[in-house]
Amino acid sequence: MTDVKAPPQPEVTVATPHKRRRADRRHIPVLATLALLVLMYSLGVANYDNFSDTQVLLNVFVDNAFLLVVAAGMTFVILTGGIDLSVGAVVALTTVVAATLLNDGWPAAVVLPLVLLIGTTLGLGMGAVIHYFKVEPFIATLAGMFLARGLSLLINRNSIPITDPFWTAMAQERIRFGPGIFISTSVVIAAVVVLAGAAVLAYTRFGRTVYAIGGNADSALLMGLPVGRTRIAVYTISGFCSALGGVLLSFYMLSGYSLHAQGMELDAIAAVVIGGVILTGGSGYLFGTVLGVLVLGLIQTIITFQGTLSSWWTKIVIGILLFAFIVLQRLVTRRAR
Amino acid sequence: MTPLVRHRLFWPAVVLVLLLVSNVFFAPRFFTITLQDGHLYGSLIDVLRSATPLALVALGMTMVIATGGIDLSVGSVMAISGAVACLFIGDLSDPGSVGGVLLAVGLALGLSAVAGIWNGVLVSVIGIQPIIATLILMVAGRGIAQLLTGGQIINVSSPPFRVIGAGYLLGVPVSVIIVAVVVAAAVLLIRRSALGVLVEAVGASPTASRLAGIRARGLTIMAYVFAAVCAGIAGLIFSSNVASADSNAAGNLIELDAILAVVIGGTALTGGRFSIAGSVLGAVLISALDITTYTIGVPAETTLLFKAVVVVILCLSQSAAFRAAVFRRRRTPAATPAAEVPA
Repeated sequence: MTDVKAPPQPEVTVATPHKRRRADRRHIPVLATLALLVLMYSLGVANYDNFSDTQVLLNVFVDNAFLLVVAAGMTFVILTGGIDLSVGAVVALTTVVAATLLNDGWPAAVVLPLVLLIGTTLGLGMGAVIHYFKVEPFIATLAGMFLARGLSLLINRNSIPITDPFWTAMAQERIRFGPGIFISTSVVIAAVVVLAGAAVLAYTRFGRTVYAIGGNADSALLMGLPVGRTRIAVYTISGFCSALGGVLLSFYMLSGYSLHAQGMELDAIAAVVIGGVILTGGSGYLFGTVLGVLVLGLIQTIITFQGTLSSWWTKIVIGILLFAFIVLQRLVTRRAR
Repeated sequence: MTPLVRHRLFWPAVVLVLLLVSNVFFAPRFFTITLQDGHLYGSLIDVLRSATPLALVALGMTMVIATGGIDLSVGSVMAISGAVACLFIGDLSDPGSVGGVLLAVGLALGLSAVAGIWNGVLVSVIGIQPIIATLILMVAGRGIAQLLTGGQIINVSSPPFRVIGAGYLLGVPVSVIIVAVVVAAAVLLIRRSALGVLVEAVGASPTASRLAGIRARGLTIMAYVFAAVCAGIAGLIFSSNVASADSNAAGNLIELDAILAVVIGGTALTGGRFSIAGSVLGAVLISALDITTYTIGVPAETTLLFKAVVVVILCLSQSAAFRAAVFRRRRTPAATPAAEVPA
């Protein structure tokens, strides 16, 4: 995981002290998230019995694998300075289409690629509208959100159970490391997505272009970078990640429901922001997003362990954390200039 | 004829008229307005009544968007405002006293204004991106509203409070009158003074307006306060109409509808020029869309699909790049068709 943090910035050949300090500042938001995570975890261990169980930590991954995948896609979009509001709706559409087709007797080997293709195509369409017709990402993905949520409601407005053997097998399959210590297959898939995404961002020309567009789209264009292609590609990636997140959610829930994943776009954006990705684009790491998802998951876990706190405290705490991290980002970027 | 077609509200107005006319095929009495017990009844009145919270929120949103910002927290502010008012009225010894209700309304709007100051300060003083600054209150605000009501739906039976959302004055719904008064006051204040021009200047170019000596900071905070107070009034209308505070349902997803209404009304999300009439028209259009799906008898869920189609059509018609593409195609039919656009 450590190499994931490697910044995809041009190598600093002149190692003046000033430049070294700037490079360090880039890591401050991620380090702050890491510190917060450690603090929350130690608070949990200190206050609640059994919190130190390895499985408690692993369950955070198990319960949030789909969010991790969706947030990874969102990270690509936000790094270019855009936003994707459609992710939650695409997740819901994926679960509904998958459940409907599986119930009609379609084989899982056909359904799985098909739903991934649908999500990817939606992402591609939104990216194309944003790039070719200069429609704002906010509005284009809002339309995509209405479209995907509307389609899934049109297909079926009730919750559809999934009984397909492959789906149930994926839902029940556990990778065990010892007695009572296990992760689900979804976690493995999410880990693969995150590692692949981080590698693409850090080591490929495409990844570098993503950062360049977020830094300054006009400069990127003048440098001859393929801005349009890259911009369409990030929305396509986000669409694919949302569809994959939807598949993982349907593994987790074993049902397709048009009201699944309501407000997930906000969770994904919050995870990305808490993970230290700067919303104007151009700065941040996928590893930070992973930490952001973990922070959100750990809040849920602590509130469950506490037992007396109601669910709305989750929202209030997330709001406070968002505030704290955004102000921190602001201070960091202001000082960097 | 051409200036009329070129007017930026022409196409939204055409869509609205088409929507309303299409209702007649399914409900012949759609345009009939009757007077019963001194109240006006009819589908058109329903369209207006159901548009009231959205029109208010869209009005506030217009000012925020004109400064180049966006306010996602309006739905949460609606929930807080309704919750505070209902809690306060519920604690009154006499829920029917007009003074108590006025106090509750004042308290709710005061708190909304505080929420607006919070957003405005985050955006203009600390310098956070508007979409994120208001995301904080959007997430936390609904939590606060649920905390206030204890996650329950608070029912109130207070005749004076009920008047706000469900009452009639001279046969016209009070909520429609409230919106009309607020919109008229806003238009007078903003368009008859330099305020509107200043706001447009801030939205068009913050740097240029600062160099021209405009206090952008105060104007921005004012825009957010205005949006929050509008949302607060909308929250009061909503909770008064259902005689309860439902912190989950109040203003749920209204921020998206409001932004949509503003965009339909021809105000660009990048800030600058804005149209209050356009936003109100947009709100009525969205409300008519909802009512139309009911009259036609398609499942209410498909409203979202309708909205998606309308958003795509309107956004593309406003997109200069799309117009250029279509225009080029018309002149040279051999060029690749650009009209087929996946959403």
